[in-house]
Amino acid sequence: MADFLLEIGLEEVPARMIAGAEAELGRRVNDLLTRERLLASGANLTTYSTPRRLAVLVEGVLASQADTEEQLTGPSWKVAFKDGAPTPAAEAFAKKAGVAVAALEKITNAKGEYVGATVKRPGRAASELLAAELHKEVLGLYWAKNMYWRAGKPERFVRPVRWVVALLDSAVVPLEIAGIKAGNASRGHRVLHGEKPVVLAKAANYAEALRAAKVIVDVAERRLSIRKALDAATCTVPGARWRQDEPLIETVVHLTEWPTAVLGDFEPEYLALPEEVLVTVMRDHQKYFAVEDKNGKLAPHFLAVLNTQVDAEGEAIIRHGNARVLRARFKDARFFWDFDQKIPLADRVESLKNVTFQKELGSYYWKTEANLAVTRALAAKMKAASVPFDETALLKTVELAKTDLTTELVKEFTELQGIIGGLYAKAQGLGETVAQAIYAQYTPTSTEDAIPKTIEGQLLGLADRIQTITAMFGIGNAPTGSKDPFALRRAANAIVKILAESGLPLTFYAVLETCDADTINKEQVAAFLRERLSFYLKDVRGFAYDVVSAVLAADADDVRDAIARAEALTAARGSVDFIAICAAFKRIKNILRQAEEKGFAISSLMDVTLAPEAQQLANAAAALAPLVMELRRQRAYDEALLQIATLRPVVDTFFDKVMVLDNDPAIRGANLGLIDEVLRGFSGIADFSEIVSA
Amino acid sequence: MPSSQVLSQTKTAPLTFQELLFRLQSFWAERGCVIQQPYDVEVGAGTMAPETFLRVLGPKPYKVGYAQPSRRPADGRYGENPNRLFRHTQFQLILKPPPVNVQELYLQSLEAIGIDLSKHDLKFEEDNWEGPTVGAWGVGWQVMMDGMEITQFTYFQQCGGLDLDPICAELTYGLERLAAFMQDVDSVYDVVWARDPETGAVVTYGDVRLTEELQYSVYNFEDADVERLWSHFNSYEAEAQALLQRANALMTDEKASAKEKMRFPLMSTYELALKCSNLFNLLDARGAISVTERVGMIARIRNLAIGVAKVYAAQQVC
Repeated sequence: MADFLLEIGLEEVPARMIAGAEAELGRRVNDLLTRERLLASGANLTTYSTPRRLAVLVEGVLASQADTEEQLTGPSWKVAFKDGAPTPAAEAFAKKAGVAVAALEKITNAKGEYVGATVKRPGRAASELLAAELHKEVLGLYWAKNMYWRAGKPERFVRPVRWVVALLDSAVVPLEIAGIKAGNASRGHRVLHGEKPVVLAKAANYAEALRAAKVIVDVAERRLSIRKALDAATCTVPGARWRQDEPLIETVVHLTEWPTAVLGDFEPEYLALPEEVLVTVMRDHQKYFAVEDKNGKLAPHFLAVLNTQVDAEGEAIIRHGNARVLRARFKDARFFWDFDQKIPLADRVESLKNVTFQKELGSYYWKTEANLAVTRALAAKMKAASVPFDETALLKTVELAKTDLTTELVKEFTELQGIIGGLYAKAQGLGETVAQAIYAQYTPTSTEDAIPKTIEGQLLGLADRIQTITAMFGIGNAPTGSKDPFALRRAANAIVKILAESGLPLTFYAVLETCDADTINKEQVAAFLRERLSFYLKDVRGFAYDVVSAVLAADADDVRDAIARAEALTAARGSVDFIAICAAFKRIKNILRQAEEKGFAISSLMDVTLAPEAQQLANAAAALAPLVMELRRQRAYDEALLQIATLRPVVDTFFDKVMVLDNDPAIRGANLGLIDEVLRGFSGIADFSEIVSA
Repeated sequence: MPSSQVLSQTKTAPLTFQELLFRLQSFWAERGCVIQQPYDVEVGAGTMAPETFLRVLGPKPYKVGYAQPSRRPADGRYGENPNRLFRHTQFQLILKPPPVNVQELYLQSLEAIGIDLSKHDLKFEEDNWEGPTVGAWGVGWQVMMDGMEITQFTYFQQCGGLDLDPICAELTYGLERLAAFMQDVDSVYDVVWARDPETGAVVTYGDVRLTEELQYSVYNFEDADVERLWSHFNSYEAEAQALLQRANALMTDEKASAKEKMRFPLMSTYELALKCSNLFNLLDARGAISVTERVGMIARIRNLAIGVAKVYAAQQVC
């Protein structure tokens, strides 16, 4: 058994792609070794990465595959041997099997006597197999964006491959990737180690050898060391804390090989700018962590994660350089903030004509008009339902919602769209309602994000998104498979979340009704929204798959009602009687399907005398149906389901005693009529036949 | 924050703006590059100078470096913004094909201009480039030093709508910001352009360029006559299109000799396309291009660029 190390040396890989590639390489190496029977039991696979390398270390690789034996069957014995002498058929078979004619055996099976050959295949050496196969796995890695670099363009990869290390213990595996022959020489940190090769004596020493060359190859270790470095740097300011930011941590982890951190300052006067702007500049543009004081307020410091280790002089230079860049950016932001105030949002509506929303649909001016139309219709529904809101403020909000796209600050920091608009609205005295609604218009941005707090904000969020989705569907831009370039799924998820959590009395149908679109288009959008509701119930709310199917089969138009029914159904699932009812409903469905296939007629209950057990069920159902209907109306779903479960004894008896598909067409028709009515009468809350018993 | 805190950069005077350019030119000349003079037609970036746009096409290896004044009318700030300029200077380098140690060479070039890498933080961060008006794109990095982008590093994959083989590496050093960084000044106008070795008297970037930045901004934002700009654009485009039509007929004419094909004035055609590109930028700065027009305008310029690239490629195999 040996340790196998593969390291692919690259020019700096984009930080966002590294984690995925590291995991995929690990899977591919593992799958290759498993497929080729080279993985010893209890083998251990570890993956590593830095911006300049992807690596896999497997402890427990067999030196070679086990030998195998295979039994081949050839022509019949009579054909192969005439009078004990081999015929050309025997010779041909022996040749094909790679054995001597003398080694052919007689096999007797059910069909008769045949010629057989036992073929022994010696296992191939790990080194030979890896040399032949591994490059395909490496070059098969998925990258979001690839490039060519060699003349003749023989392969595409994320960035040029510059070195390859492939070792079985201390022996080089003679493989070649993208024209680079594998060796035992890796490379260290560009500056701290320089260009001299890092010769790896054996595979198992990988991480230690690289550490000596100022590279931490283990991602988790780098992550921890960054956190510690940030803590240590922040300690120099009494009471200060750095702002946790997981995505930023992941980014800097994949931008560094030997991380350290430095704390720098900026002039406190910049704290007069909104925190959102300062944090965005630091995080998105400079990849700096923000620092807060003990009260959680932003403090005039920043933390930069470095990809080097320097002396005090170097640290002073780096701190100074970073502070200089940040100051220039803050200065720009302040300039833009002041500059933007010269033209208030109210005077920017016209200039939205110069900002494209979507080239086939029109500008943001068009978008604003369209949003206003949808909002007016939504507002009418709110008034009809006596929902309290400020209509004037709402319409003002929608009119101005997109105007921040024309401001210099949003052009510079596009990720702050909406937020800047809200801050400007507040600064320009447009009132808290307008400011808050504009500020929160793009929330929720994810399934974890909160919805807008105000009704005006929620209505803008709904109007903006349903208008976008309907219009995009109208010009054939519906998402397909993994392609969703306009993020319409995210928009629909936000609609579902707002409807679920806002308490607004709106169904999908009611929301869609406010849009200007034809029926086919609306039907497609409705189906899309239902699919997103299903996703929401399963993946966000955590309801069981069958519960969601059952609930949505009954009705998928009212989001909050669907949630309430799913909750009741989930609770009812614990009851034995209820599960039995579900099983009975499934049986009813199957019988009705069979009947339909056979062309059996369903008749009304009036015409024939039913069997006593059938009559009992009919009576019980007729007595219960109005009650359940009333409970459904009141949305007392727990009670309704309890009531439905009380049908169990009569249902059980019915199926025990009554042959539904009776030979007498009249009785059969009446029986079918009965179960059909039971099914219809009690499927308004959920289609119980979808429920899977545990 | 007072700059006196930083000691090392004041030990030896940092390079002046012009010395920075000299050093980069010498460094790359010593590594086999042709050092070209700035191209004398208005361009928005060094990429559009023919030493890049045309030389990257076709199979012939080429190594070239040149300083290129680049005009971006919309970026002008009347000389009032310390970091934004209508016209800035790029030191542009094309290495075709890229040597395997291209990144190491680049780091050596930083040392050559006096940057001690052991005292700085250096990162190669993903930054891909796309130039829709010239049908070009590539992948690469922005090279960050102490939080500032000092170089754009791109592996060109396509140019003029043509797939490149071999591909090339393009390194673009932003000379003004690099100089401001090395001289540790907050405004580009305070950058020392030249220092008299005898008297020590300095000429700053502001002395040389401030007034013209103001005047260009006035023209670009206020005075440029939109109707005339349109008419110039249409007229340059018409001439370029007429030439391209002749070229297409010539290149596909089996009876035409190689000599006849090589006589076709490709460079002049390209310059007409560059004029269109600059006029488009001016019209844009004047706010004269609507959303719907914009897409069409970009397509018109790209058509010229792609047409030129095709003819150039055809001439290469004459």
